[in-house]
Amino acid sequence: MVATTESSSAGRRRLRLPRQLLIGLATVVVMLAIWYMLTTSLGVIDPNRFPSPGQFFAALEQMMTTGYAGGNLIDHLLRSLVLVVSGFLVAVAVGVPLGFVMGYDKRAEAFFNPIFLLLRPIPPLAWIPLAIVWLGITDASKMLVIFVSAFVPSVINTFTGVRNVNRTLVEAAQVHGATRGRLIREVYVPDALPLIFTGLRLSLQAAWTTLVAAELVGAFLGLGRVLSTAYRDINTAMILLAMVVIAIAGALTTQALGIVERRLIKWRTGP
Amino acid sequence: MRRRRALWPYALASIVLFFGLWQGVVSAGLVSNFVLPSPVEVLDRLWTMANRPFAGFLIQEHLASSFLRFFYGFALAAIIGIPVGLAMGRFRLFEEFFTPLFESYRYIAPLAWVPFAALWFGTGIGGPIMVIFTGAFAPCVLNAYRGAQLVDRHLIEAAQTHGAGEFRIAREVLLPGALPSIVAGLRVSAGLGWQSLIGAELIVVSSGIGYVLVVGQQNLSPDIVMASMLVIGLTGLVIDYLLRFAEARVRAKWGAA
Repeated sequence: MVATTESSSAGRRRLRLPRQLLIGLATVVVMLAIWYMLTTSLGVIDPNRFPSPGQFFAALEQMMTTGYAGGNLIDHLLRSLVLVVSGFLVAVAVGVPLGFVMGYDKRAEAFFNPIFLLLRPIPPLAWIPLAIVWLGITDASKMLVIFVSAFVPSVINTFTGVRNVNRTLVEAAQVHGATRGRLIREVYVPDALPLIFTGLRLSLQAAWTTLVAAELVGAFLGLGRVLSTAYRDINTAMILLAMVVIAIAGALTTQALGIVERRLIKWRTGP
Repeated sequence: MRRRRALWPYALASIVLFFGLWQGVVSAGLVSNFVLPSPVEVLDRLWTMANRPFAGFLIQEHLASSFLRFFYGFALAAIIGIPVGLAMGRFRLFEEFFTPLFESYRYIAPLAWVPFAALWFGTGIGGPIMVIFTGAFAPCVLNAYRGAQLVDRHLIEAAQTHGAGEFRIAREVLLPGALPSIVAGLRVSAGLGWQSLIGAELIVVSSGIGYVLVVGQQNLSPDIVMASMLVIGLTGLVIDYLLRFAEARVRAKWGAA
């Protein structure tokens, strides 16, 4: 008994956690030390190539107070965040039901799939110029490209989740006389939920990537705008700051989605 | 048992409706072709771009220069990423050191590297290669890592007792064992790399298929933009098809991931 619990991966992970944390911390400290040495005490790296920690924090301070590229950190972050989240929500609101119908009904799949096969190979970033021709450098054109990029993963994963739903459960429910509505609510949705959320995570990631690209191509405010302005000014500290903020914002939105997922799955499957 | 219905009429209806609506809306003059050119006009534009230079080169020359950049960046990502992933799967210390770095790197959108790539390696060929590299690197590492974890520990121990060195273990035990997973990762990598390349070319480059997109946009010519999108999509499809073929071959020979 003792031997089996010890060899199980859960038991090992619990034992390894402090060690992992320690080494993770060591990694961060070592990297910071190398960064400081190369840029500040040894001066091997030209500040026009990569900023020193001092310059990075000066950039952060400037960003928090006077601002840069047309706004302070909160302005840029909020603009990007609102665009990503709203574009993501619209894509999900259209994509998940469409994927669901395609997975549920073979006729719907036969009808929608050819259009998908035509449009899917085009990378979402290639839509940016077309969106600008159609809508100009506006929030609407950014919403369009975010929609295009976030739409596809939502549809495909929902489709796969519904198509691979547990047949035995479906038949059992049918035998007991479940109506179509109940069948969908109580069998299809809970069973497909994990894959749907996999799709949503991919969608969210794609939304961030596309937004950054769209803002680099043209924007008046937003994190991509900070990147492109800093690139033109050769302000490496600002470039690094924008990258860090983009990474943190992406990580936080993914975490938020994870919380929603855990809540929903607990609610769906019961205590 | 339900009766099997023929599904092809739905697929046919979909294609006919899609192109019919597109062509019909344009022919009927409901939208100007400065906004939406008809499918025929897009193909016609593509034919013209294949015969007369646009933005300095013929479209196939733009495509060739893009593909070369893609190939270098993708190859670099595979050559560096696969050994890193294998080492992460083989040595615990390396795994624990590298995981936090890798996790934080993964959250940075590949396109956010464009400014640094351009400052460090220029906007000619070096910068775009770095952007493709940053896009394609993560799946290479991740799948080699997962593949190496799947390799039977006993095989490694057996090789060790027979006196195999680390390099031989990597080449003759780890790599073949992880290969199915690695090839699956390469397919994901190629897709992300191709997409990152288009992004990089939109922003900093003055040749290549992504640059054609930008010039088309600046000329307000949706026909040029859509013709390039067609070329980009088809090229992506060909790359994916080649890697899918490789994946099938590897699976047949070394088993599923």
